[in-house]
Amino acid sequence: MARIGVFVCWCGSNIASTVDVKAVAKAAASFPGVAHATDYKYMCSDPGQNLIRETIESEHLTGLVVAACSPRMHEPTFRRLALETGMNPYLVEMANIREHCSWVHEDKGEATAKAIETVRMLVEKVKRNSPLEEIRVPVTKKALVIGGGVAGIQAGLDIVTAGIPVIMVERSPSIGGHMAQLDETFPTLDCSQCILTPKMVELSQHRLVTLHTFSEIDEVSGFVGNFKVKIRKKARTVDHDKCTGCGICMEKCPAKVSSEFDRGLSDRKAIYVPFPQAIPNKPVIDRSSCIWFTKGRCGVCKKLCPAEAIDFEEKDVIVEEQVGAIVVATGYDLIDRGLYGEYGHGKIKDVIDGLQFERMLSASGPTGGKIVRPSDGATPKTVVFVQCVGSRDDSKGIPYCSRICCMYTAKHAMLYKHRVKDGKAYIFYIDVRAGGKGYEEFVKRAVDEDRVVYLRGRVSRIFEKNGTVFVKGSDTLSGQQVEIRADLVVLATAVTSSHGSRELAQRLRIGFDQYGFFTEAHPKLRPVETTTPGIYLAGACQAPKDIPDTVSQASAAASKVIGLLSSDELIREPLVARVDEKVCIACFMCESTCPYGAIEHVTWKDPETRKEKEVARVNPGICEGCGACLPVCRPKALDLMGFSDEQIYGEINALSDLVKVIHDE
Amino acid sequence: MKYAFYPGCSLESSASEYRISTEAIASALDIELVEIPNWICCGSTPAHMSHELLSLTLPAYNLVLAMNVGTEGVAVSCASCYNRLKQANHAMQDPIKRGKVAEALGEIYDGTVPVKHMLEIVSEIGAKRNLKDLVRVDLSDIKVAPYYGCLLVRPPDVTNFDDPEDPQIMDRLVEVLGAQVVKYNFKVECCGAALAFPQVEIVKKLSGQILLDAKESGADIVIVACPLCHSNLDLRQRDIEKYLGIDLEIPVLYFTQLMGLAFGLSPRELGLEKHLISPDSVLKRIGIKV
Repeated sequence: MARIGVFVCWCGSNIASTVDVKAVAKAAASFPGVAHATDYKYMCSDPGQNLIRETIESEHLTGLVVAACSPRMHEPTFRRLALETGMNPYLVEMANIREHCSWVHEDKGEATAKAIETVRMLVEKVKRNSPLEEIRVPVTKKALVIGGGVAGIQAGLDIVTAGIPVIMVERSPSIGGHMAQLDETFPTLDCSQCILTPKMVELSQHRLVTLHTFSEIDEVSGFVGNFKVKIRKKARTVDHDKCTGCGICMEKCPAKVSSEFDRGLSDRKAIYVPFPQAIPNKPVIDRSSCIWFTKGRCGVCKKLCPAEAIDFEEKDVIVEEQVGAIVVATGYDLIDRGLYGEYGHGKIKDVIDGLQFERMLSASGPTGGKIVRPSDGATPKTVVFVQCVGSRDDSKGIPYCSRICCMYTAKHAMLYKHRVKDGKAYIFYIDVRAGGKGYEEFVKRAVDEDRVVYLRGRVSRIFEKNGTVFVKGSDTLSGQQVEIRADLVVLATAVTSSHGSRELAQRLRIGFDQYGFFTEAHPKLRPVETTTPGIYLAGACQAPKDIPDTVSQASAAASKVIGLLSSDELIREPLVARVDEKVCIACFMCESTCPYGAIEHVTWKDPETRKEKEVARVNPGICEGCGACLPVCRPKALDLMGFSDEQIYGEINALSDLVKVIHDE
Repeated sequence: MKYAFYPGCSLESSASEYRISTEAIASALDIELVEIPNWICCGSTPAHMSHELLSLTLPAYNLVLAMNVGTEGVAVSCASCYNRLKQANHAMQDPIKRGKVAEALGEIYDGTVPVKHMLEIVSEIGAKRNLKDLVRVDLSDIKVAPYYGCLLVRPPDVTNFDDPEDPQIMDRLVEVLGAQVVKYNFKVECCGAALAFPQVEIVKKLSGQILLDAKESGADIVIVACPLCHSNLDLRQRDIEKYLGIDLEIPVLYFTQLMGLAFGLSPRELGLEKHLISPDSVLKRIGIKV
């Protein structure tokens, strides 16, 4: 005979202000099978839990219904509590009378009636629950890191420190990411390359690291602990086993295109290494600009290569890997140049973006570290920096703050003043957001020591006349319109999600926001996890971030991976489909329906008749408990543990009286 | 091709030459313009500065009248009327505003009557047939600065006209007509608009920079698609010259007048004598006796 305990939570006033909790407890006490029903202010608190614990023992309860918040919130809490008292945790059900009731209704009478019916259903369900055991699955002790920027590099290095092998996949021909493009970094002005390249080398040479550059993720299947990944290694057209990296091909290649790494400030060849410190430091052929592939002639690289490494016939190769965990670290992009027609970016030569200026500052960049006007190579005597180009601009569809621009713009102006002593630097800003260790001091230094002029206001238009760039804007502190004749304008363009991020998210089955940034499981308490178990986030793919924050998040993601992969097996919820072998007719309709590939073919021996037959079996390690197989099973051999037909019908039948009342009315 | 034509008040008075030239090129392009019977003022700036419901109801009233004409939509020449009619259509997506306007009108208007500026209609025709075939006069010596102003392109989600910062529709038209397009910086900057009445200094400054930049960029003429822009750039040009301390002497034509000239129509048929800054020097260069 069932002895169910019903515990109705007030959740302070969250529930109690809209639902008469005492009335709910009173009604529940009269439901058949309910041995005890009570209410309490905070059921999840220590005294609340004690109340439940004591009642389980004093009333010899066989099951619990906690009428409180969403099961996503506190189901684990109360299941753990049941386990402590010796009750099977799957004999606990949550009746959601907060998110589904008190928060969305206003009429107290109606909300209370709904809460009573919700509890009635869950009581009927829990009476039909059966004890379930957790599922244990073996774990592949290997991690995949997607993206080879500083986030991916840091995560990878931290993971291998724990002895766990790392597979890194990077879309471009070299690891390094945006950080490799930077000159000096705020707020300490240490050289970006000098702190990054040793990490790139360390990672690439580590015995536990497999590097797949110029590669993309084609397909991801499986689940936490046991992901299967298909990696497309794009055809490099250069055999890296043979290539010695001598560079003669790049020297002689006649096809020039603008360099992505230098953001158009220099040209590269069709066969190229993105930058001198690239890893691997061997070239690939960009087939979209190679004369052999576009016009069917040339082949100079092939003729000249002393190692015979050029292979025009090479095709993409798919590599399959098994990993236990995935770190997504795909970084960011900047807004499209066309978005700000009024600033002339892409049309006026001397209007450039921050990353282009960064390349100009770099000693290994296209100008060798000299700041020059792209139009005529002269040293600019007046430079105007414009912040929030796109960022915080609802009308351009980017209401968020890009977070890095205030700081790098202060840095840019400072470095400009260091190199052009008699130059003038102006910065248009909305607010200066310098929240970070040493950040405010850094901005102050730019103003006080380097005499950078900050103008608070927006720029309305940038145009060119006779080689001079005019910047028109407002100075809202003096209340005046200003027009500055500039030699060079640097736009702090907004950070956007990396191109292709939405497609990757769909492949990984992780969430993303309306801007294409990946969503964390909880903005405060689970900031590096996704809602998909075993997949973690690092860096600007989640939201715009600077290097210190990116590295912190990368290390956090790595520690999550190490924690996950530290045990030999993973514990999964037993809420999976199960086959009644006796009833199964081996039609395998379930197999074609299952989106996770969890159905296996097995031979089964009937213990009574001793006859063998082929039946379907659900791999509990793969099954996600979605239930898609159930309706297609013709003999009804499949059922879902925790959500069995019997349980669901029990809930529906509990409502039949109510349905009748509504009909009669 | 038949459109319900909404001339608006300016085309009845200060911009009568815009109306004459609009009708002239419409007939050259086989566009039938049926004037909306009993149309009323769109409300213009005074309505939308003072009373939102009035500013939506007036254009909505005209659009309901246009529905009865039974055509492909409404054709508008004035950029301000165009903006107000588009604003009304846009606002009718909001059920609350739709309800209020319905109450005021006494009938429901759902905001679906298509509103097109004459430039859009010409551009659509240009996509189907080659307008070059109609060109009779060689304009290749003339450098033209197309001036769009604010109301055609802004706000972009309401007018959905062209690139709001660098529109091309008039530039392409000038090319098709065989004249040279002048690239300059102020094609969508404000001319000062109705500030001509309370704050004329602002108009001198804003319109001045447009004319000066067009002139310095080599323009012989400026073309416009808005009566108010025209009066600021043409009517006030002498004042602007005094304000800037230089001679501008740059004729400002409606785009319809330039089209008419290219199609071989006479200056009188296009109302060219109505401008304060005489286009005679330009007309002479294309071989028209003045």
